[in-house]
Amino acid sequence: MHLDFVPVWTVILGVGVFMYVLLDGFDLGVGILFPFAADEDARSLMMNSVAPIWDGNETWLILGGMGLLAAFPVAFAIVIPAVYFPILLMLLGLMFRGVAFEFRSRDPAHRPWWNRAFFGGSLVATFSQGVVLGMFVQGFTVTGRAFTGTSFDWLAPFPLVTGAGLVAGYVLLGSAWLVMKTEGALQTWARRCATLALVAMLAFIAVVSIWTPLLHEEIAARWFTWPNLAWFAFVPVLTALIAWAIWRSLRSSSDYVPFVGAMGLFAMSYLGLGISVFPYIVPYRLTLWDAAAVPSAQAFLLIGTLFLLPIIFMYLGWAYYVFRGKVSADVGYH
Amino acid sequence: MTLDPVLLSRLQFAFVIALHILLPAFTVGLASFIVLLEGLHVAKRNAIYLRLSVFWTRMFAVSFGMGVVSGIVMPFQFGTNWSRYSDAVANVLGPLFAYEGLVAFFLEAGFLGILLFGRKLVPPWMHFFAALMVALGTLFSSFWILSANSWMQTPAGYTIVDGRFMPQSWLAIIFNPSFPYRLVHTVIAFYLTTAFTVLGVSAWHLRRGRNVDVSRRALSMTVVFVAIFVPIQIVAGDLHGLNTLDHQPVKVAAMEGLWNTEARAPAVLFAIPDQAAERNRAEIAIPGLASLYLEHSLDGVVKGLKSVPAQDRPPVAPVFFAFRAMVGLGLLMLATAWWGLWLRFRRRLFDTPAYLRVCAAMAPAGFIAVIAGWIVTEVGRQPWVVYGLLRTHDAVTPSLTGGDVVISLVLYIAVYAIVFGAGLMYMLRLAKAGPPEHVESRDARLAERPARPLSGADAF
Ligand code: HDD
Ligand code: HEM
Ligand code: HEM
Repeated sequence: MHLDFVPVWTVILGVGVFMYVLLDGFDLGVGILFPFAADEDARSLMMNSVAPIWDGNETWLILGGMGLLAAFPVAFAIVIPAVYFPILLMLLGLMFRGVAFEFRSRDPAHRPWWNRAFFGGSLVATFSQGVVLGMFVQGFTVTGRAFTGTSFDWLAPFPLVTGAGLVAGYVLLGSAWLVMKTEGALQTWARRCATLALVAMLAFIAVVSIWTPLLHEEIAARWFTWPNLAWFAFVPVLTALIAWAIWRSLRSSSDYVPFVGAMGLFAMSYLGLGISVFPYIVPYRLTLWDAAAVPSAQAFLLIGTLFLLPIIFMYLGWAYYVFRGKVSADVGYH
Repeated sequence: MTLDPVLLSRLQFAFVIALHILLPAFTVGLASFIVLLEGLHVAKRNAIYLRLSVFWTRMFAVSFGMGVVSGIVMPFQFGTNWSRYSDAVANVLGPLFAYEGLVAFFLEAGFLGILLFGRKLVPPWMHFFAALMVALGTLFSSFWILSANSWMQTPAGYTIVDGRFMPQSWLAIIFNPSFPYRLVHTVIAFYLTTAFTVLGVSAWHLRRGRNVDVSRRALSMTVVFVAIFVPIQIVAGDLHGLNTLDHQPVKVAAMEGLWNTEARAPAVLFAIPDQAAERNRAEIAIPGLASLYLEHSLDGVVKGLKSVPAQDRPPVAPVFFAFRAMVGLGLLMLATAWWGLWLRFRRRLFDTPAYLRVCAAMAPAGFIAVIAGWIVTEVGRQPWVVYGLLRTHDAVTPSLTGGDVVISLVLYIAVYAIVFGAGLMYMLRLAKAGPPEHVESRDARLAERPARPLSGADAF
């Protein structure tokens, strides 16, 4: 008997990466908005709205990295070296902003510096993740089982544009989160930010959607041949509908629709990416099956994962439930 | 001169992991200590335990935050700098690394929020439960990562297909021959690291007559703990060494500074190993002793470094000196612990200034011993990354140039200097400030909600 675990792992990893993008996406977005807030009180509220959960959010990055190593090792060994510097910058950025959570409230003498670290770290980490995404779509130089390009291949137009695009996207998530979690002047400001970010993100979605099929004939063929054209038409249509819903909700008094809508926009972009590159995990070179770990390794890890994932989702629910509602000034570190 | 990406990647790995390990070394023990304090508080309703718990939870928050951010760097190192290692070992080690992330960090990250922020939001027993889960998380995390590391020292349960390791028996892989020893010795090391820090901070406060009741309680608790666990640790280290002798005799030869394979091998107390000349300089040694404690007989033959070709030997000096640092600190810890026990027995623990001063000085002892021990383990494994099977040289990412790694190493050093520097300063300040005078309970807060904005940061 030969069981194929690749589809299961594809789904788990796909969901894991998407969870990371959504969850750390909004708290990185809050970080990028940080210096533009009206005053220190507003900044404190912004930070407190994500302080209890950012750590858990970032854990999905580890699940993604470790899951890739364990389930698709060849992809890990090719993709990560190819983005050596973006990964480095992402890690250093995450490091700065991670400690800024603690030090900002505990080291008032250097508060302006920790504000900058929180903003700069969030921005650099987000941009780097966007560059990694762009490299992934653009493709890597591969010989055999190894990356054989240079560590500077990412300095190309397409990855830099996706880097900027992800900044717009995370800012949208972050400001929509603030609309949901705050009140009064801060919320009004967040609505304005969300409107701007929405426009920027839609522009980037448009640019990338046109550019990607031009980069690769395979992608053009995937989308623009019959009957795929009919099957996949729902992606752009839904994207437009969701964008319109967010736009409307930002001018009404709805607190939740912008955030749900922003998640919807990300879901559509992610789905579009999936449609473009499936079944490759090292685009256009290695498929998911080429890069997979042996079944015994995938099976061994699956046992624990299937048992633990539900628990993880339960605790996530609990943690978000405990910290539900609008943030108030008196829930911080103690 | 060309820059060697292998050497630089090794330096980079050593740098980032040495700074990472400092934090688990502290937080693993601290998490368990907090569980104990919360448990005592729930059971005895004594405010001293609550004040201690709040104090050490603050320290925990800072160090845990730094542990997480420095930990996230680690798995990516395998991909960025050691991609051929990743490709070769992932089928075996990948699941172990992933289990670490899954089991442990989700437990921690989930309940951590409740532990750090939830005191005012959940009842005490639930807060205790959250502390317990965080502590279990840190222990599971150590379990899996040490299992993976031990497999690289003493590989088992695998076959090799086309230069890649394939799993054959997961039980044999996880419980590989050196794992039980490494797990026990390392977890005790972490507990001792925390205990000596608590001891040192409490002694420092007592010497200044501050927070007397709380510091006394902490001091007398930890003195008993270290008096029991330091000797256990020394025995565990000895057994660990004998296990290493079975599997990695060349590493033991480097630890002992023995070049020749001989009976009546001497115990080298001090020497300056000279790798090129294949001998020791300035050696002070006791004849026959090493044969006695390694082989349990004066005529026991101990393998020397020269029993393998020069290119299969580890760098001797770092292993040799680090081993002496660890054992020396172990003996100092033993002296401190038993002196304290004796003073406690004579009821003079709190008013012997010399003792309090020694305790304060010993606060960083555990950290140094842990780093020293890991240098013995990891440098002693060279030139292999998977012992005897995969050379470090063949594990590095092929596309990397020396220049790439110089840039990344410099950036890591710069950022870590700022982040860890700020963290250390801040922890020292917290430690000096000491425990809070009283702790606001959940009900009190509901009665008079503080209306001051920003009071969250200093709610206690
Ligand atoms: C508080 C810390 C501490 C203390 C007091 C000691 N050790 Fe240790 N030692 C460690 C903390 C540590 C460690 C950091 O946890 C290591 C690194 C890897 C490991 O398994 O444990 C270690 C490794 C290590 C090894 C290397 C094993 C290998 O790599 O194969 C040996 C032989 C010993 N120890 C032996 C001792 C002895 C004989 C001690 C008696 C004084 C001692 N240790 C005290
Ligand atoms: C002896 C070696 C190690 C031990 C005992 C250890 C233990 C721990 C512990 C207890 C934590 C929780 C944070 C803290 O308490 O400070 C942690 C964080 C972390 N460690 Fe290590 N670690 C070791 C080495 C490594 C290595 C080699 C890796 C890479 C695979 C790694 C990856 C991580 C990651 C990703 C985190 C952050 C996870 C989070 O979000 O909570 N660690 N480590
Ligand atoms: C946390 C305590 C640890 C410390 C202080 C430590 C220290 C070191 C040092 C000093 C080196 C360089 C050795 C040399 O080049 O001479 C090294 C290399 C390495 N270690 Fe560790 N290590 C630790 C734990 C781990 C763990 C838990 C793993 C994996 C599970 C690991 C995997 C590696 C790898 C892959 C290398 C690079 C290849 C090599 O140089 O052998 N280490 N480590």
